[in-house]
Amino acid sequence: MTAINFANALGVHERALHLRTERSAVLANNLANSETPGYKARDFDFRAALQAAKSDKNAMNMSRTHKGHIISTVKSEGVSVDLAYRVPLQASIDGNTVDAQMESAAFARNALEFGSSFRFLNGRFSSLGKALSGN
Amino acid sequence: MSLGNVFDIAAMGMSAQTIRLNTTASNMANAETSASSEAEAYKALRPVFVSSSEKNAANGLLNGSSPADFGVMVREIVESQAPVNKAYEPNNPQANEEGYVFYSNVNSIEEMADMISASRSFQMNVEMMNTTKSMMQRLLSMGQ
Repeated sequence: MTAINFANALGVHERALHLRTERSAVLANNLANSETPGYKARDFDFRAALQAAKSDKNAMNMSRTHKGHIISTVKSEGVSVDLAYRVPLQASIDGNTVDAQMESAAFARNALEFGSSFRFLNGRFSSLGKALSGN
Repeated sequence: MSLGNVFDIAAMGMSAQTIRLNTTASNMANAETSASSEAEAYKALRPVFVSSSEKNAANGLLNGSSPADFGVMVREIVESQAPVNKAYEPNNPQANEEGYVFYSNVNSIEEMADMISASRSFQMNVEMMNTTKSMMQRLLSMGQ
């Protein structure tokens, strides 16, 4: 008999919600830098990051051996994701690869998907509550 | 990283765009400013944006994944290199010995376009903050 624990009860949704939060910060950073010369838009592969979080081992990360190296990962509370650079649809003369329309669409979509992850998680909590109250 | 960081990023974006709007306002106000030499003439001001991670890397402060590496800042405000407008106005009190006055190199049309672009970017940051606010409000209602 397995003991009740939150990790089993909540399933993948807790991690999904966490990754959605991370992604919103990455996309927000892209949007804030939409007019910074030379800035390269970044994002991460949500599916791969979720797989890595599910299997509880971090994906292969490049290690930074020099303080000038570019950040390639976002780390927090056991979740570590690889940041990749976006391939621009249209190159701009100042080297910036942020497409504000694409990024705001991705941001809005991420917020919606955050909402759905939240609903699933909330559903788990309410079924836990029902099981505990027993009526 | 948490949702709170998005607020910081959006706030930095808004502050950078505000500086850009300020320089545009200064340029527009000085569009017709004249001077008696080329060096004294008003030059259009332009902010140069830099991402926080790039700025931190330049200062040797880059620490990988901290929230301080996200955001945007104004690195410097540079003067436009465009040639100033020279006009022959011998009756102007600011005219030099040869009778020339030097007007600013501000291009009003360019400034107007820049102003609209800055206000749109500002708006985008506000939208970002609003979306994040509703995400956080949903999180607060968890389990209810």
